[in-house]
Amino acid sequence: MSQLTKCESPAATARVEYTTPAVNLHHDTEGYTLEVEMPGVAKDGVEITFDDGKLTLTGHRAETPDAGKAVYVESGRQEYRRVFDLDPSIDPAKIGASMDQGLLTVRLPKAEASKPRKITVG
Amino acid sequence: MNIIRYNSPEIAAWTPFNRLSPLRELLDSALQLSGSGATRGWAPRLDLYENADQVTVKVELAGMKKEDFDLSLEDDTLTVSGQRKAETTSGESFRSERFFGSFSRTVTLPSAVEADKVKATYQDGILTVVLPKAEEAKPKKIEVHLN
Repeated sequence: MSQLTKCESPAATARVEYTTPAVNLHHDTEGYTLEVEMPGVAKDGVEITFDDGKLTLTGHRAETPDAGKAVYVESGRQEYRRVFDLDPSIDPAKIGASMDQGLLTVRLPKAEASKPRKITVG
Repeated sequence: MNIIRYNSPEIAAWTPFNRLSPLRELLDSALQLSGSGATRGWAPRLDLYENADQVTVKVELAGMKKEDFDLSLEDDTLTVSGQRKAETTSGESFRSERFFGSFSRTVTLPSAVEADKVKATYQDGILTVVLPKAEEAKPKKIEVHLN
């Protein structure tokens, strides 16, 4: 019974459901470029975290004025989220990102030591 | 972004199958069928809201340019179409989930609207079209006198 009294309110335990954004990933000799579609998300609604080799991209949709009764809705949930395992050659300190019209572009440059180099035969 | 009147009568009303158009295109090209009718290209997600004064249509289109949209209105049918251009990228592609090229969505509006007062904005990757309802379509309050 003591377990039951400790139960948190449903609001606190409710699992947040996420929409998985569509992604394009390109690779070149300098690093990787991720393009993530998060329509409805403004620049300040983006959260990028890098921890233990995992890159987590989260987007919160900006509040919009009430447009009335929903006749039909195809758009996804309020929150976007996607997690990527990163290539260990990426330099986390150099990760850069920009947001333009709901398109998040993340540039993941490789560390200098991991870039391909030309070796001249002496 | 221009609001133009659409004159073609071939326009098709929204059907749930429009959402399958990328799949249908793929099948058509695989089977070498020509002409897939009203559905061309891919179909972005669309929401439709309504209140007493206006109808609001929202289309999710991340990473577009304002000039690449085309909006047309014919009676109670709104068509949003355009082109999403792929950014030129070097190197190899590891993952490709985004759609590029031409898209089109057609929706039948739930009410008559004033075509010359339609406003469209593009912000945070969402195209919002606000269509004020025609006076005759607005709900009217009728006073009933009881004896």
